[in-house]
Amino acid sequence: MIRFEQVVKQYAGGTTAVDNLSFEAPTGQITVLVGPSGCGKTTSLRMINRMIEPTSGHILIDDEDVQTFNAAKLRRGIGYVIQHAGLFPNKRVVDNVATVPQLLGTPKAKARERAREVLELVGLPGDFADRWPSQLSGGQQQRVGVARALAADPPVMLMDEPFSAVDPVVREQLQDEFLRLQRDLGKTIVFVTHDIDEALKLGDQIAVMRVGGKLAQLADPAYLLAHPIDDFVAEFVGRDRGYRALTFAETPPLPLATEATVPLGTTPEQARAATDDEWLLVVDKDRPVGWIQPHVIAAPIESAMLHRGGTVARASGPLRSALDAALSSPSRRGVIAADDGTLLGTVRAHQVLQAIEATERPEVDKADIAPQQTSEHVDLSLDK
Amino acid sequence: MLSFIQDHWSDILSRAVEHAWLAGLPLVIGLLISLPLGWLARRASWLRVILVGGSSLLYTIPSLALFVLMPLIVKTNIVDPINVIIAMTIYTLALLVRTVADALGAVSEETTQAAIAMGYTPIRRFFGVELPLAVPVISAGLRVAAVSNVAIVSVAALLGIRQLGFYLTDGYQTTYWAEVWTGVVACLVLALIFDLVIQLITRLLTPWQKAAVS
Repeated sequence: MIRFEQVVKQYAGGTTAVDNLSFEAPTGQITVLVGPSGCGKTTSLRMINRMIEPTSGHILIDDEDVQTFNAAKLRRGIGYVIQHAGLFPNKRVVDNVATVPQLLGTPKAKARERAREVLELVGLPGDFADRWPSQLSGGQQQRVGVARALAADPPVMLMDEPFSAVDPVVREQLQDEFLRLQRDLGKTIVFVTHDIDEALKLGDQIAVMRVGGKLAQLADPAYLLAHPIDDFVAEFVGRDRGYRALTFAETPPLPLATEATVPLGTTPEQARAATDDEWLLVVDKDRPVGWIQPHVIAAPIESAMLHRGGTVARASGPLRSALDAALSSPSRRGVIAADDGTLLGTVRAHQVLQAIEATERPEVDKADIAPQQTSEHVDLSLDK
Repeated sequence: MLSFIQDHWSDILSRAVEHAWLAGLPLVIGLLISLPLGWLARRASWLRVILVGGSSLLYTIPSLALFVLMPLIVKTNIVDPINVIIAMTIYTLALLVRTVADALGAVSEETTQAAIAMGYTPIRRFFGVELPLAVPVISAGLRVAAVSNVAIVSVAALLGIRQLGFYLTDGYQTTYWAEVWTGVVACLVLALIFDLVIQLITRLLTPWQKAAVS
């Protein structure tokens, strides 16, 4: 657990980067610091491993003040990933990853062996280890950056916008892999980003910070979307909050309708006989692959002829996927599949909405109703 | 000129070796001294003004004056090659302190920050990350210093110290132009060899640079 106790960082010119920041980053969870530029999120992160020293206040890791450690030794025990990866251009990938174990005194051969293991873990097996950083793509460099932070198996990891410099497709891939890794590793992670969507996707807990280094709200993603504490947080979290909150709501059992299906290769006559409806679902080995209009086709059904607009939702997935499946389906019947991808049935949008209305929303924390402000106006209007 | 070279081949060669020593040894000593000075110059802006500004000023001292003054300062004989070695070291410093400071400054902030975050101590960071990355820029400065050293050392001929500059002064006095040309060409070849050696060592020290191009 990492604990900030009334941490203040003021610079010589008098600007306050971090203002009286107190919060806890629980063990084994991802805490995301998010906010616009100038909100002090990176400064806060860097105070944890003492790359920046606080003006006042304390930061404790497992109840020990970081000030009591030798700075260099402290940093070797904390994984650190930065934007653009910051790899050492003069070291091969394997030696980049072996850096911290070697600083800790592990013999070179053993450190390299460990480095290769970790590289495999982040999806860079084999000969990647012997390349130079300049020979890797941005996404690959970022993976090496993560591997380098993990190599000494530190319990705590600090990540400063690690995925923001790569293109959106690679970013999403890296985020998914990162979450998968974290499920296995259970590190205590503090993650900085300016991207609220990334924060909502990755964070177990999100600390929204405002310019001037003040903590605006600390909450889990579902709560943040449901109950932003003020205009700033509401605006920062953005539009479509109600819809996006569905990402964090599990799908309850839905009233699924049996859907007529045909396999790939079905002739037009067979397809027309299979349904009276305008749209017919096509499956491949019981897995839904797309929709087809039986009265339009003139040849046996091929993959290329399918309408691909409809999304497929997993029954175990979030309500957002179920609603999206219904909304995106050309037949207006949303396709629901089991975890192995096989068809379970279809559901209509109004049925999903009924399920949504029946689900519980995060309850409002009483502390949030009367914000701890000294303004008289707030005291009068909301206290009773 | 060819006949002059044939007749004096062994003399040219031995003078070239002497010349190489007088120019090369100060290059190595100067580099070793300028590394910590260049590193210091990066630590504070006032140190930079003193070290880089001061060392650059040294280059404006006329070489002959330095050669002549040196025995007075370090109490050596005027024909002692030590004078030249020390003087040339000063010139090397004049060029390299700034180069080293700039080379270390050119290492990207991201890389330095990453090194700090990994838990490098300042000394290990210097040798493990900053210095290796500064090699290409330092090497460029070293090549300039090498050529400049080879040229300035010839002035020491006026003091009677054995090196290639002798052919310039002797040939001029006897108006034997083949001898002057021999001296010029020999200096040129020596400078070229220095340059090639430095390039070769640089290439060996920076294998990642080749990878970046391919």
